[in-house]
Amino acid sequence: MTPAEYDFLRQFLKVRSGLVLSNEKQYLIESRLLPVARKAGVPSIAGLVAKLRDPRESLLADAVVEAMTTNESFFFRDKTPFEHLTQMMLPELLQKRAAQRKIRIWCAAASTGQEPYSIAMCLKEMGSKIAGWRFEIVGTDLSNDVLDRARSGVYTQFEVQRGLPIQMLLKYFTQNGDSWQISSEIRQMVQYRKMNLLDTFAGLGQFDIVFCRNVLIYFDQPTKVDVLSRVSKLLPDDGYLVLGAAETVVGLTDAFRTLPDRRGLYMTNGSAPAAAARPAAVATAAAAAPGQRFAVIGRGSA
Amino acid sequence: MKHCLVVDDSSVIRKVARRILEDMSFTISEAEDGQQALRVCQDSMPDAILLDWNMPVMDGLEFLGKLRLLEGGREPKVVFCTTENDVGHIARAIRAGANEYIMKPFDREIVEAKFHEVGLI
Repeated sequence: MTPAEYDFLRQFLKVRSGLVLSNEKQYLIESRLLPVARKAGVPSIAGLVAKLRDPRESLLADAVVEAMTTNESFFFRDKTPFEHLTQMMLPELLQKRAAQRKIRIWCAAASTGQEPYSIAMCLKEMGSKIAGWRFEIVGTDLSNDVLDRARSGVYTQFEVQRGLPIQMLLKYFTQNGDSWQISSEIRQMVQYRKMNLLDTFAGLGQFDIVFCRNVLIYFDQPTKVDVLSRVSKLLPDDGYLVLGAAETVVGLTDAFRTLPDRRGLYMTNGSAPAAAARPAAVATAAAAAPGQRFAVIGRGSA
Repeated sequence: MKHCLVVDDSSVIRKVARRILEDMSFTISEAEDGQQALRVCQDSMPDAILLDWNMPVMDGLEFLGKLRLLEGGREPKVVFCTTENDVGHIARAIRAGANEYIMKPFDREIVEAKFHEVGLI
């Protein structure tokens, strides 16, 4: 791949998905995009780039974005956010929303569904404490293929063994040969919608909790500021934001504040002015990559 | 260092598991069947046991039942690791006192995830 082709693809991905690739991700592009190129009937990245320059190739453009942003996802990924959910966010919201008895949760990078389903299982485990309450979990992602998998709720034997306690597997899944399907009761708790975080998401309505994990790390600074600012507008003054382990709001926005001893968890900052963009030592995609358990790029999730 | 006993009649599986667990800073002992494994436990109770199901002489389930009756035998975290991948077997193992369950084939990520799950790492 020539430097010009690499630059074209970087720019293309940045505009289409917000994905920011560092200088040395040629191997990643080749491993992800050569299969897409061959499927489109061209033998090389050069041929693919030539086709992408044609604005009529919008289906191909979608396929390229999906291939570059597909990520591995785990049930109960990183554990801590789900402890924060069951030990802090939900108990507090159950008090604060006692009049409405309704809580809405958004998974902004739902990927293949492990994160929203992990949240749904956490809710189920609360049993009678949430009797009479309405919960809405909305999962969004920019890839239709990924959302179809999420809706099906079918996972491989490998997928159900990463992060999912065996008791939960027995309780919430049914086996079908080598694959496992999460129960319809859990599936019905989550609605999925296709959505690009670069576009407006005001139409989703208001939420009490937003999970936006392992997606900002792939965006550049102004995009992070923009997304965080718009997320803050969907949350009330006592709303929660959950970011990934390598992400922070610090130095990006004043719309959220950190919570002591609750890493990765933020609360909206009342009427504080949003989006005070200052350069800061935030994790870049390049810096965060070694912390990922799999050498992948794109939207992380659950 | 924590001590993990690997019980499997396949020397290949024991070797693979040993490599993964040594990287996770466990000291390893090995046993080829449940009876050998019981002897290891009577001698020095491990912190963790990675346990195959089907083995000659004494299988994993029988070993688990006997282990839990030994003095200190409720302490080790027992993680089954077997090709018996159906719900019935998994449920029996958990009822018998297993802490986690790995369905073969497995990889490093799964072993790490399951050991994390039971608080061993």
